[in-house]
Amino acid sequence: MLRYALKRLLSLILSLAVASLVIFFVIEVAPGDPASFMLGINAQPDTVAALRAELGLDVSKTQRYLNWVGGMLTGDFGTSYTYRTSITEMIGQRLWVSLPLALYALTLSTLIAFPAGIYAAARRGKPGDMAVMGATQLGIAVPNFWFAMMLVLIFAINLRWFGAGGFVGWDKGLWAGLHSLTLPAISLALPQGAILARVMRSSLLDILGEDFMRTARAKGLSRRQALWRHGVRNALIPVLTIMGLQFSFLLAGAIIIEQVFFLPGLGRLVFQAISSRDLIVVESVVMLLVFAVILVNFLVDLAYAAVDPRLRART
Amino acid sequence: MSLLDVTNLSLSIHRAHILRDVTFSVAAGEIVAVTGESGSGKSLTAMAVMRLLPDLARLSGSVHLDGAELTDRTEPQMCAIRGRDIGMVFQEPMTALNPVKSIGDQVAETILIHKAMPRDKALERAREVLDRVGLPEDRFPLSRFPHELSGGQRQRVVIAMAIALRPKLLIADEPTTALDVTTQAQILDLLKSLVADYGMGLLMITHDLAVVADMADRIVVMRHGEVVETGATKQLLADMKHPYTRMLFEASGHTVTLPDAPAETPLLQVQNVVRDYRLPRTRLLAPPEHFRAVDNVSFTLNRGERLGLVGESGCGKSTLTRAILGLEQVQGGQILLDGKPVFSGHHADRAVRRKMQVVFQDPFGSFNPRHRVDRLVTEPFHLLDDPPRGQARRDAIAEALTAVGLKPDDARKYIHEFSGGQRQRIAIARALIIRPDLILFDEAVSALDVSVRAQILDLLADLCRSYDLTWLFISHDLSVVRTITDRVLVMKSGEIVEQGETESVFTNPQHPYTKSLIAAAPVLPDLGQLKRSLDHA
Amino acid sequence: MNRNLILGAFLSSIFVLAALVSFVWTPFDYTALNIPAKLQTPNSTHWLGTDHFGRDMFSMIMVGARTSIAVALVAVGIGIALGVPLGLTAAARSGTLLDEVIMRGNDLVFAFPALVIAILITAVFGAGAVNAIIAIGIFNIPVFARITRGGALSLWEREFILAARVAGKSSARISAEHILPNVTNLLIVQGTIQFSLGILAEAGLSYVGLGAQPPTPSWGRMLADAQTMVSIAPHLALVPGLAIVLTVLGLNLMGDGLRDVLDPRLRVART
Repeated sequence: MLRYALKRLLSLILSLAVASLVIFFVIEVAPGDPASFMLGINAQPDTVAALRAELGLDVSKTQRYLNWVGGMLTGDFGTSYTYRTSITEMIGQRLWVSLPLALYALTLSTLIAFPAGIYAAARRGKPGDMAVMGATQLGIAVPNFWFAMMLVLIFAINLRWFGAGGFVGWDKGLWAGLHSLTLPAISLALPQGAILARVMRSSLLDILGEDFMRTARAKGLSRRQALWRHGVRNALIPVLTIMGLQFSFLLAGAIIIEQVFFLPGLGRLVFQAISSRDLIVVESVVMLLVFAVILVNFLVDLAYAAVDPRLRART
Repeated sequence: MSLLDVTNLSLSIHRAHILRDVTFSVAAGEIVAVTGESGSGKSLTAMAVMRLLPDLARLSGSVHLDGAELTDRTEPQMCAIRGRDIGMVFQEPMTALNPVKSIGDQVAETILIHKAMPRDKALERAREVLDRVGLPEDRFPLSRFPHELSGGQRQRVVIAMAIALRPKLLIADEPTTALDVTTQAQILDLLKSLVADYGMGLLMITHDLAVVADMADRIVVMRHGEVVETGATKQLLADMKHPYTRMLFEASGHTVTLPDAPAETPLLQVQNVVRDYRLPRTRLLAPPEHFRAVDNVSFTLNRGERLGLVGESGCGKSTLTRAILGLEQVQGGQILLDGKPVFSGHHADRAVRRKMQVVFQDPFGSFNPRHRVDRLVTEPFHLLDDPPRGQARRDAIAEALTAVGLKPDDARKYIHEFSGGQRQRIAIARALIIRPDLILFDEAVSALDVSVRAQILDLLADLCRSYDLTWLFISHDLSVVRTITDRVLVMKSGEIVEQGETESVFTNPQHPYTKSLIAAAPVLPDLGQLKRSLDHA
Repeated sequence: MNRNLILGAFLSSIFVLAALVSFVWTPFDYTALNIPAKLQTPNSTHWLGTDHFGRDMFSMIMVGARTSIAVALVAVGIGIALGVPLGLTAAARSGTLLDEVIMRGNDLVFAFPALVIAILITAVFGAGAVNAIIAIGIFNIPVFARITRGGALSLWEREFILAARVAGKSSARISAEHILPNVTNLLIVQGTIQFSLGILAEAGLSYVGLGAQPPTPSWGRMLADAQTMVSIAPHLALVPGLAIVLTVLGLNLMGDGLRDVLDPRLRVART
């Protein structure tokens, strides 16, 4: 188990190293010098040069890469070109919106998906299954930002149960904070939950066809008992994979939903930074998001081992 | 009245009639074998007794267990009977156990699900039954997981689950078909001793008449969902009434006569061949370890000779086959065909390779489903520098198909239009079409029903006469190797432990492994002897 | 015949047809402003109403279908053209360093937040349909590579591939002759799914202003324009939203139906 974990950890570090190189390279080839962009077309060359020095753009590319990576390892993401403030602080504030939102949405989607998927699998081919499958088919087809607009129209504008956008901040209390994240979380959770429910169902159906399910039935387990005792845990492996992917999507892919609800999250930060050519912010936030994805995949790998004894034994 | 009475049992699924008026019985302490070829409905008979059938199945007739009718029980009532009154063992031990639960939990589950005893007692009982089936505590604690056990050991766990509550009836559906002969013999002995100890009835489903003759008190022969003949084993075999039973018996022990092998001129020379596989690293920085699948193997196959290669699964015979075919590079020694190395440099030599062909086991996996037969059988033409085209190609296809007993018209058909036996004929046609010097048969008849197998063996003997074939016949089935080869090699753990004239190896084996292999293989009884012993009694 | 397939093909073909017809005919000129006729709800002249500039919604939806379908289709094409050869190569060289490099490269692309990279690409190289296609297409490559490799790997174990190797065929030739035709079903099904995902992605990108630029109509931008007016004219948001939902739904149903029809296991059961 320890060896398995170490091996996964090594592959995590390797992926991070390659990812950082790729990100750095992509941003470096981006046309436009941030200093001249910030100062405008009419800037004097010496002013631009001074700003370049201040931003740390005047050293060699290798040196800049090393500075960037070294800074991140010590928790210093550098200074924003446009806002001239510490990126670490900016990310810190935004993370307090994005992370709870992602967790909220993931919880909702899991709460929808698990019961729906298991229910549908247990009633394969019957009306209950078809209803769930129809609903999930629709859930996947709905663009989440459009769904968000519809939610705002109904629950914020007409019913006035929720605000139409913005985030009140956690200092107003946990409940108020969650309340203002509810509509965004629902709009994010719907398509994700629909996908997850389908994965749960098909994975369970695969397991139901396995020989050991027949063995379980021959022991005297009813269909339902066999499904719960032998099916669900075996079906979890593909479901965990999808949940890992979804978490990272929810963290980063909320960008459009943050736009719809005017939420000050990470996605919006990237979006603003890209439009204002604040490439150091883009670089750092993208790296952070990639780190989150790779970390979640690592955790999912560990979760596999917890579920499946065959992986624990393998090295 | 017997323990199990099945009377006029009929089953249809989707309006297809699977079983018709099946009638037989099993008494307590008795072993009854249901036998027949694929499609006979023998497995579904077992599933019908258990009522583990597809949703659309329609069942009629009656099944009495200990005098009580089972067919009108509700599903919850059947759940209470399964596992408690009837235990069941399946064919595939590798997949019959839940991979994520320990063997102790899985055995105890049978007890807990029927609320027969509290958890600690159930685990104690699980321990006892595992001991009883030959899995002692010091090597097989309850916390073991299925993936840590071999196929035979897993089958023992499945048996332990089935007998944990001492059911009155045990159903075993091809319990040893997926196992090696030595393991098969052990599992069959275990089942026999359990029946004797517990006084259970055993309903055994098997296609193997030799196993049946050895084990069963009574036999039920089935074909196309109907019982064709039933009776006490010895009497039934001594006096087979139904032609199908006679055909089955004849086909099971089918022998062919091969023409004499010509003078010895070496064709295939395997010299000190070693094949290593790299194992996945166990430690990050340690040098990779190797598994030696073929260890210093040497033998010579003469032109016109039919050589057999026998051994159990994992002995290295498939690896050796691949090395001979030039599909994999060897780590030591060399393989010469007609004096030239199969492998030169890092690639197989085309000019050498065109002198040999192969026929594989699986009649369903051996062909690209998207190509027509003419394209399938001409694939080896790729090896020729100047393959026949146009009329010459059509003639070659027609000749090859005719040689294996098919029609030239079959060339335009797709592979799914053929039965398993016909597919194997097409595989042989594909091997023959470039007139190779050597043909390798890799378990080529192992997946076939006995009657089809007998036909293919006849075909091989015929082809031997008309084509002067030389072959290497790789198989785990001793009775087939015995009739279809002149000489035999016995392989164990990557080494050839014994070789010699087939008949003398079988009648007078020298190596202890060969002896155990031959002793473990079930054989059909000699009918003359059987009749004489019945007359005496 | 499969119900999903029929319904799905019907829904998808409506929009494909609308897109094709829009090249030669639309009820109104989709660029023509007509302020006096603005914000009409659906009526007999303007079947789906008009927007805040008085443009005919029906015509805009038709031309928007063109944009969506073109972007998604080309993006799938990119994914197949690059992903399938990569997957075939990885499977043919399975277990080697090359396989490892290809698959790790795939994982790496998956690790990047797709939408953020798409936004980055369009922002760095300029907003527009072509860059949207590239951005969506890049993320299709690993999807096709992975599914091709998965299908191919199990085929390489089959005996008919061994037979082809015994016949002396090279792995490139075997990949083309035996592997590719047998993974086509997988690719068709996955292609339909990626097509529908492409339509969703294109809508998202043009919603944030990074897709096709005005005056080319696109469903996503129609939704963005509608956002501020959603309380006074809900049909502005409903119409393009439903267009997206129905197209994606149609494609997904078609994918499911195709999977059922093409699945060799089911077909064997039927013959």
